[in-house]
Amino acid sequence: MNKTINQKAWFFVIPVFVLVAFNAIIPLMTVVNYAFQETFGNNVFMWEGTRWFKQIMLSERFHASLGRQFLFTFIILFIQIPLGIAIALTMPKEGIGVPICLVLMSMPLLIPWNVVGAMWNIFALPDIGFLGYSLNALGFDYNFTQQIGDAWFTTILMDVWHWTSLVVLLSYAGLQSIQPAYYQAAEIDGASRWAVFTKIELPKMKKVLTIAILLRFMDSFMIYTEPFVLTGGGPGNATAFLSIDLVKMALGQFDLGPAAAMSLIYFFIVLLVCWVFYTLMMRNEGNQ
Amino acid sequence: MAKITLKDLSHSYLKTQSSDADWAVRDVNIDWEDGGAYALLGPSGCGKTTLLNIISGLINPTKGDILFDDKMVSNLNPVERNIAQIFQFPVIYDTMTVYDNLAFPLKNRKIEEDKIKAKVHEIAEMLELSSTLNNRASGLTADGKQKISLGRGLVRSDVNAIMFDEPLTVIDPHLKWILRSKLKELHQKINRTMIYVTHDQTEALTFADQVVVMHEGQIVQTGTPVDLFEKPKHTFVGYFIGSPGMNLLPCEFKGGDVMLNGKKIETHTKVKSNNFSKTEIGVRPEFINFSSEGIPVKVLSVSNTGRHKIVDTQSQSGKIKMIAKTSEDIPSGSAFLSFKKEYTYAYGDDWIIE
Repeated sequence: MNKTINQKAWFFVIPVFVLVAFNAIIPLMTVVNYAFQETFGNNVFMWEGTRWFKQIMLSERFHASLGRQFLFTFIILFIQIPLGIAIALTMPKEGIGVPICLVLMSMPLLIPWNVVGAMWNIFALPDIGFLGYSLNALGFDYNFTQQIGDAWFTTILMDVWHWTSLVVLLSYAGLQSIQPAYYQAAEIDGASRWAVFTKIELPKMKKVLTIAILLRFMDSFMIYTEPFVLTGGGPGNATAFLSIDLVKMALGQFDLGPAAAMSLIYFFIVLLVCWVFYTLMMRNEGNQ
Repeated sequence: MAKITLKDLSHSYLKTQSSDADWAVRDVNIDWEDGGAYALLGPSGCGKTTLLNIISGLINPTKGDILFDDKMVSNLNPVERNIAQIFQFPVIYDTMTVYDNLAFPLKNRKIEEDKIKAKVHEIAEMLELSSTLNNRASGLTADGKQKISLGRGLVRSDVNAIMFDEPLTVIDPHLKWILRSKLKELHQKINRTMIYVTHDQTEALTFADQVVVMHEGQIVQTGTPVDLFEKPKHTFVGYFIGSPGMNLLPCEFKGGDVMLNGKKIETHTKVKSNNFSKTEIGVRPEFINFSSEGIPVKVLSVSNTGRHKIVDTQSQSGKIKMIAKTSEDIPSGSAFLSFKKEYTYAYGDDWIIE
C-alpha cells in the first residue's frame, strides 16, 4: 500500500504532545534536574553528577524498603490472583445472582484509597475496632500499631480486601467468554473438573490474567495512601514501602537530591519489571 | 455400538408450557439404526441441536425416554452413554499438542499408554494429521482443528454414535467438500452410527442414507433423499427440500375430489375426510408440464439456470413455478399447465393425505 506523505499531519499530533509534555515529561525533567544537583534554595544549584544515585544504590535504608516492597507485592499477588480466580469460578453464570455478585464485588474498588486506610485503621484498632477488639477478646495478642507482624497482617488483609475484586472481575469476564461447547466437549471427553480448569479455563483466561497480574503488580508496587493512613509506615519502619520512604525522604527530611535519584530508580524498576513480564507473556503468545 | 431409540420425547427450556410453541422438541419417536448415516435437517431454531444434546446427555429431556439397544439411558451422563460429539466450531485444547488433544479422551478413561499411542496414530493417519502430531493444536487452520475435534470422537473405538452439530460452518467452502467426502468415507470405513445436524439440504442429502426433517420441534418426515423429494409427507418438507421448492396452492376438497378453482385435479390418492382447516395441493416444479388444456396461467418470467429453465407463472390460485428443459420453447402470455398425477398430493393441515 502506498502511503501519502503529508507533513501537515504532524499538526494534529501537537495537542497530544503538549498534553504529555505538561503532565509527564516536564515534571519528570524537574526530578531529573534535582537528581544530578544539590540545592539550598534560592534557585542555586550545584552539579553533583551521579553522587545521589551511588548514595541511594548503596544505602541500606533503600535496600530495606525495596526488600519490604518486593515482599509485600509478592505476598499480595500470591494471595489475590488464586483467590480472585477461585471466587470468579464460584460466581453464578446466569440469573439474578450475576448482577448482585458483580455489584458486591465492585464495592471495594469504588472506595477512595485514604478512606480504605482510615476504615481499616479504625476497624483494626485493638481497643475499639471490631477486628482488633475481637481478636484480643479471642485471646490473640493483636496490636498493629505496636507489633510488626500484626502491622503486616493488617496491611496485607486490607489490600486483599480492597483489590481482590479486580482480579475477580477480570477472571469472571474471561470465564464468561468461554463458549459452552468447550465444556460440553470436555464432558463428552470425560475430563475431570481439574482438567477442565487447567486445560480450558486457565488457558482461556491467560490474557485477562496477564492484565490482572500487571495491574496488581504496578498498583501494589506503588502503594502509598492506604498503608500511610493505616500504619504511617510503622511501627518503626516496618511497613515503610518504597513510596512511603520516598515521601519521608523528600518532604520529611527535605533531601531533594537523593529523593529525586530514588524516584528515578524506583521508576526504572517498575518499568523494567513490567517490560520483562510483558515480553515473557507475549513471547509465549508467539510460540502458539 | 447400538441402536438408539427416542420414545415420546419432548423438551422445553421453560418451566411451564402453555402452547406447542413453548416446546423446543415435542413428541419425537424415532429409531436410529446401528451403523446408519443420518442427517437431521431443518432450519435454524427448529430443535435440531436440542435433540442432539438430548441424545448425547448434555440436556435432560422434560419428558420421554432414550434407549440404547432397548436399555434405558435417560439418567446416564455423556461419558456413560459413550457418545462422541463434534460441535459447530472446532473445540480444541489450546495448550496441548495435536497428539495430546487426540489422546485426551483416552487418558481420561485411564487407558494404557501404548494402546493410546497406537490408536492416536491410527486415527491421525486416517485424518491426515500425522505430520502435525507434535505441533501445538492452536496453530492449525480451522479445518485442521475441526479434524482434531472429529479425531477425539474417533479415537474411542467403542462409541455408540458420532454426532455432528453443523460441523462445517466455519470451514472454507472449497474445504467443505473435501471434509464432507472424508466423513462419508469414514462412515463406510468404521461403520459407526453417525448423526449429522445441518440446515443445508445439499449437505444432508449428500451425507446421509436417511434424512430426518425437523420443523418447529417435530420430526415431520424420515426417509431417503428420494423419498423426501418424490413424496413429501409435510408441506414443510415440500418447500424446504428442492430448489425451487414444492408449489403449494390452496384448494377445496369436495366429495373425495381435489378442486383447484372449481376445476378437478387428479392427485396421487383420493381424499376421504373433509375435516381440515387448511387444504392445499402440492406439486413439485419438476412434475409440471405445459399442455393444451389444464390449469390456465399467465407466464410471468423465465430464468435459465444452464441446466434447466425455471418458469414463473401466475394462476388464479397463486403463483406456480415449473421447471422446463433448456431446449423447450416457453409460450409467452397465456398457457395451460398439467400436473403429473402420481406426484401431485393433497395436504390437509400441512400433512399429506394418503
